[in-house]
Amino acid sequence: MTTALETQDLRKAFGGVLVIDDLSINVDTGEALGIVGPNGAGKTTWFNLITGTVRPDAGKVVFLGRDITNLSRHERCREGIGRTFQIPRPFSGMTVFENVLVGATHGRRMGERASYERCIEILEWTGLMGKVNVLAGTLTLLDRKRLELARALATDPQVLLMDEIAGGLTQAEVEALIEEIKALRAQTGITIVWIEHVVHALLAVVDRIVVINFGRKLCEGEPREVMNSQEVQACYMGGTPA
Amino acid sequence: MDWLNAAVQGILLGGLYALFAVGLSLVFGTMRLVNLAHGDLTIIPAYVALVIVGVAKFNAFYSIPIVMVIMFIVGYLLQRGVLNFVVVRGDIAGVIVTFGLSIVIANALQEGFTANSQGLDAGKIENLSITINERLAIGWLPLLIFVMALVVITLLQLFMNRTKMGRAFRAVSDDQEAARLMGINTRHIWAVAMGVALLIVSIGGVMMGIRTTFHPLLGADRLIFAFEAVIIGGMGSSWGTLLGGVILGMAQTLGARAFGSAWQILVGHVVFIIILALRPQGFLAKTVTA
Repeated sequence: MTTALETQDLRKAFGGVLVIDDLSINVDTGEALGIVGPNGAGKTTWFNLITGTVRPDAGKVVFLGRDITNLSRHERCREGIGRTFQIPRPFSGMTVFENVLVGATHGRRMGERASYERCIEILEWTGLMGKVNVLAGTLTLLDRKRLELARALATDPQVLLMDEIAGGLTQAEVEALIEEIKALRAQTGITIVWIEHVVHALLAVVDRIVVINFGRKLCEGEPREVMNSQEVQACYMGGTPA
Repeated sequence: MDWLNAAVQGILLGGLYALFAVGLSLVFGTMRLVNLAHGDLTIIPAYVALVIVGVAKFNAFYSIPIVMVIMFIVGYLLQRGVLNFVVVRGDIAGVIVTFGLSIVIANALQEGFTANSQGLDAGKIENLSITINERLAIGWLPLLIFVMALVVITLLQLFMNRTKMGRAFRAVSDDQEAARLMGINTRHIWAVAMGVALLIVSIGGVMMGIRTTFHPLLGADRLIFAFEAVIIGGMGSSWGTLLGGVILGMAQTLGARAFGSAWQILVGHVVFIIILALRPQGFLAKTVTA
């Protein structure tokens, strides 16, 4: 098993607050890794360090064996890191199709014609085909989340970082999303790192779970075992492990 | 001057204001930079043309494409070398640095070319006009400037909507961070945007140099007119900017017709303030989403 993505002893403080504290996490190629932890644990900051939105105070980000800690954000995207935002950030003045096309033409650097075909595939797969000419700013939450996913996929990522993509969706919508992500894995073998509070969605998809608390790795392992461990229950409930 | 004639001259003048304003709007739209040096940057092309014509000894019109290329490069390098470091530090930094840049440009032009008014020679076209009747005559040069404004805005719209680079401009304008994570190099996009802004400004700058005279201290007026055109028309809309330019131009020429030529500029500003008070979002503003 080769390592797709690795953070080595990452450290980041905002002001005096240490948000990421020597965090080392490995993601194997083709793996689906779930990330859980209480609010403020540093999960999204860890994503921001991987995409380059935030620069670390110390430590390294290694992608496919290459140290990318000093690469800029757009370069990391072109290397093959895709990301969805917790709160969707569509290009609201552009149509759904244009949003996805930007990902394909800039993130993947495909020609215009090849991009069109790829975009249509992705839009069909994410269920947005009926809304290609709709302005992205007018979409519902579910469709915005789908667009986040579609846009990230258009950049042809080797590792897909998903930040609470199931959050705010109805039960039925979450079920549909689970099936879509399972199908995506089966078809493409893409490596997935998924931050999620909707635990049953994670359990349905991921191979392994890492629990983060106070910017440190609390524990990791087989999903059900991890979620049932007293340590994890305690950190969510605010108590101390028995 | 007859009322109708004043109105027509105002419309044509509006085309010139739009040519100056489109670049200002483009820069603000893509990088949220309030470029206070924009007015001074509209003067530079006329001086570049002056140098080219001085060396090559041809009609000033032929210098326009050369000036456009030079100004694109100047804009690209200015952005990559200076302004890219400024726009990421917020609005205040942008205002301060471009204000300083404005002073530097005006003084450098005075140092290099003196404060005297200069003109560009384009031969007979400067004085040719189409006479409709004894009260109304349309000058070829103002008409040509207006037509150029229509052409530039049409091409800019096509560029923004139909090209990969244009879509990147719009994506960066909507959400810089999301655009970066889609593989867009914002530093390059901003530099191209500044290059395009100065390329467009070159057309108006040189043509204005042919139509009237120019000197290094005209920048402040042009900056204000460009701002007024953009705000009247509504942010983010190129056709709105043209409309804004036309409204401002007509306010000035009709104001001059009504109260005398000393009132021209003041009436323009008053009309601008009235529109700002009644319709602060401008006439053709695109829907702004948070």
